[in-house]
Amino acid sequence: MKSLTRSIPMVVTLLACAFLFIPIMQSVLAGLTVNYFRGLSSGLTLKWVGQVWQLYSSSIFLSIWLALACLVVTLILGVPAAYALARNPGRASRILEELISLPLAIPGLAIALALLQLYGSYHGFRTHWSFILIGHVLYTLPFMVRSTLSVLATIDLTTLEEGAASLGAGPLRRFFDIVVPNALPGILAGALTVVTLSIGEFNLTWMLHTPYLKTLPVGLADSYASMRLEVASAYTLVFFVIIVPLLMAMQWASARAQRNMQ
Amino acid sequence: MPDFGWGAVPSRPSLSDRPLPDTLVSGDVAVKQRQFLSLCLLPLVIFTLAFLAIPIARLFLASGESADGWAIYLRILQTPRYLSALMQTVVVSLAVTAAALVISTTAGLYLVRNQFPGRNVLLSTLTLPLAFPGVVVGFLIILLGGRQGLVNQILPGYWVFAYSVTGLFLGYLYFSIPRVLLTVMAAAEKIDPTLEEAAKTLGAPSWRIVTDILLPALSPALIAAGAIAFATAMGAFGTAFTLATDIDVLPMVIYTEFTLSANIAMASALSVVLGLVTWVLLLIARSLSGETIAAGG
Amino acid sequence: MTLTLTNIAKTFPGGTKGLLPTDLEIAKGEILSLLGPSGCGKSTLLRIIAGLETPDAGARIVFDGEDVTQQSVETRKIGMVFQSYALFPNMSVRGNIGYGLKIQGLPKADIDRRVNEVIALCRLTDYADRAITVLSGGQRQRVALARAMAPRPRVLLLDEPLSALDAALRGQLRDELRLLLRQFGITAIFVTHDQDEAMAIADRVAVMSLGEVAQIGTPEALYRNPATGFVARFVGDAMPLPGRIEGDQLHLQGGVLNLPEPADGKEVLVRAEDIRIDPTGPITARVEAVTFLGTHYRIALAGATEGPLFALHSGLSAAKPGENLRLSIAAESLLILPKGGTT
Repeated sequence: MKSLTRSIPMVVTLLACAFLFIPIMQSVLAGLTVNYFRGLSSGLTLKWVGQVWQLYSSSIFLSIWLALACLVVTLILGVPAAYALARNPGRASRILEELISLPLAIPGLAIALALLQLYGSYHGFRTHWSFILIGHVLYTLPFMVRSTLSVLATIDLTTLEEGAASLGAGPLRRFFDIVVPNALPGILAGALTVVTLSIGEFNLTWMLHTPYLKTLPVGLADSYASMRLEVASAYTLVFFVIIVPLLMAMQWASARAQRNMQ
Repeated sequence: MPDFGWGAVPSRPSLSDRPLPDTLVSGDVAVKQRQFLSLCLLPLVIFTLAFLAIPIARLFLASGESADGWAIYLRILQTPRYLSALMQTVVVSLAVTAAALVISTTAGLYLVRNQFPGRNVLLSTLTLPLAFPGVVVGFLIILLGGRQGLVNQILPGYWVFAYSVTGLFLGYLYFSIPRVLLTVMAAAEKIDPTLEEAAKTLGAPSWRIVTDILLPALSPALIAAGAIAFATAMGAFGTAFTLATDIDVLPMVIYTEFTLSANIAMASALSVVLGLVTWVLLLIARSLSGETIAAGG
Repeated sequence: MTLTLTNIAKTFPGGTKGLLPTDLEIAKGEILSLLGPSGCGKSTLLRIIAGLETPDAGARIVFDGEDVTQQSVETRKIGMVFQSYALFPNMSVRGNIGYGLKIQGLPKADIDRRVNEVIALCRLTDYADRAITVLSGGQRQRVALARAMAPRPRVLLLDEPLSALDAALRGQLRDELRLLLRQFGITAIFVTHDQDEAMAIADRVAVMSLGEVAQIGTPEALYRNPATGFVARFVGDAMPLPGRIEGDQLHLQGGVLNLPEPADGKEVLVRAEDIRIDPTGPITARVEAVTFLGTHYRIALAGATEGPLFALHSGLSAAKPGENLRLSIAAESLLILPKGGTT
């Protein structure tokens, strides 16, 4: 009896793992087998992955391009802003932080509808990749700001800056010589989060994309709807290969930033 | 405001033969610093106004632009299709939240309190889906419970659940388990282990340690994680989209109103309702738990 | 309750010996202190008695004739005060104190009666319904004690109960804790690294070093007749007098001391209060520094031995740094102890 109640947590943990892991394995196997319905006995092949590359390589490159552009924009917008928020932890800063965090609370679909209604009629903009980029930046910016801010909040910025100022450093030098190097673990964690989330973003992107601008997840949705299971699986496999290392790097960087804070 | 205290002190050239750097002698250091901070904030403020605040305001105004005017919000409550979609979304989201909390708290406490070989493998597996978008999760649920899914293959009875409420529930659950787990584990690691020892010396059996010590200590994290799970399920679009269910959840209704019926005002109104419900909920949860919460995903 | 410990040892995973086989007997109502530097095994011994650690095979822990070695901590009926107090933040003062009784399933009226009793005894009446977070360090310490005592444990175990407090409060609470323990009349074992605390509270002190009990006895016995150099150093801050021993003479850098007995192969130590400034004394030394401490001066001396030597001097004035002095030490106040082993 006692051993039964003791083992319940272990069983729940293992079942949860199985629930999460089995379909991932299925997808990986399906993408590599010749015929999924006949099973592994039909043999392994890279044919489907090759087909995915032919069909969807442009969407993969677009996603990588968007993720990097998104990173640059969030760095430029987010890091100086996090610094300003850290130096002025007042009511106005709280409200602004709240405002930029709205895309985490409001479903992406609603944000996308809002963007479409205001800017959808500017045709050149609507059909340009930067329109999707706007959505990605909205969604990832709070992560960059918060990650940087959480590291800055643990540093006695005022004293460090007074020290630098007493040595003759002006505001801009202080920002690049003192603030950025000290916030680096947070910026790195934020950067990896931004890239990971941007590559996987679907909710906003599906509404903002045009037929000629398909990102990786949009392509995935497309393949799930119209391709045979093996191709869809192979495409998912390609996505895993890109996203899992990023996720691991992101978790490593976040853990490192947290450790630094203690 | 930063005030280095130099404003009141006149420059003292006697300190050095060489003139002091500009920033030190000028009396407007604080002003300069303030200007620089404003400059740092400016790009973010402009971006947020242009692409977030104004579009959301426009969305809200658009919801009142149909023939119904602002009565459109009343119509949501009077139209069974919208009302049932709203109810259905709330019910599924609540069920997912409850299930994710139970599973992730159990697994999270188990992983924090036990060291064993393979623990890190389990932990990695449980956090792997963090970066999966809803579409991929939907596809994985199809692989499990679709017409050609695993369950249908190994169980003789023709059991296909991917396209029903069950599939949607499992998809959202798949999405929520890693998020709740990480929050619970982070909080559980911070609990002082001597609290548990103290309860033991007072004679408490292990189940009472869970109910009297661990769960109360975890409750802020559980509220936070629960709110994340609920908000994510409320707004989840990709999963429902891939499963292409005939169950009307609110995000799918908004999508069809917008694309198929071109009913912009109603799509906008429903979006406002959906956004407001999740935002208010996260706000309440945050004030209860005292932590910053983000839905994400 | 009488507590008998036989052959208690602990080997940590990886092979480190945390505690060497130890026997100990504690009489009913006795307060025993386990005193030693960090890492000496005192906390491990306490946690083994509590049931929070399992001893190596062959150990026997007997409470009043009942062998509890195999009993889990929940069933041993011990009370424990933790170093961090480990008060439950989700319960009030009253909730914390009554928790053990609630676990026993006592009727509410009985719980209330007993809790009120303990609250009054620990002078917590004004704070009974407060949250833990608003209490001061001293109040928390009393709540932790009250919580451990409320279920009438067989033995009370205290792990560094005063170390979380600041120095001024520690001295005051030391006396208070002694009074409360005596009032409860309970058999108690408490762990500390502070010799003053151990001497002030305990009936007997077990000095521990490197995983074993170096000496056990009343505070006075330990002070007057330390068994090893380690005990002499740890209890009463004895200083070694390194030099050449020839029969009953000790040749120091600054002179020759007569010993009460031949001490070849042994170690000679002295306490600061036993060094006298004496113009006819046999040892010469130079004053390095003088610290005025109110009731007395503390004089740092050089040249008498290879290392520094401290002397206490009460009077209206003391020597100045740089002055040369002569010292004498009464033969009977020298501590002649076996050399080596634990330092």
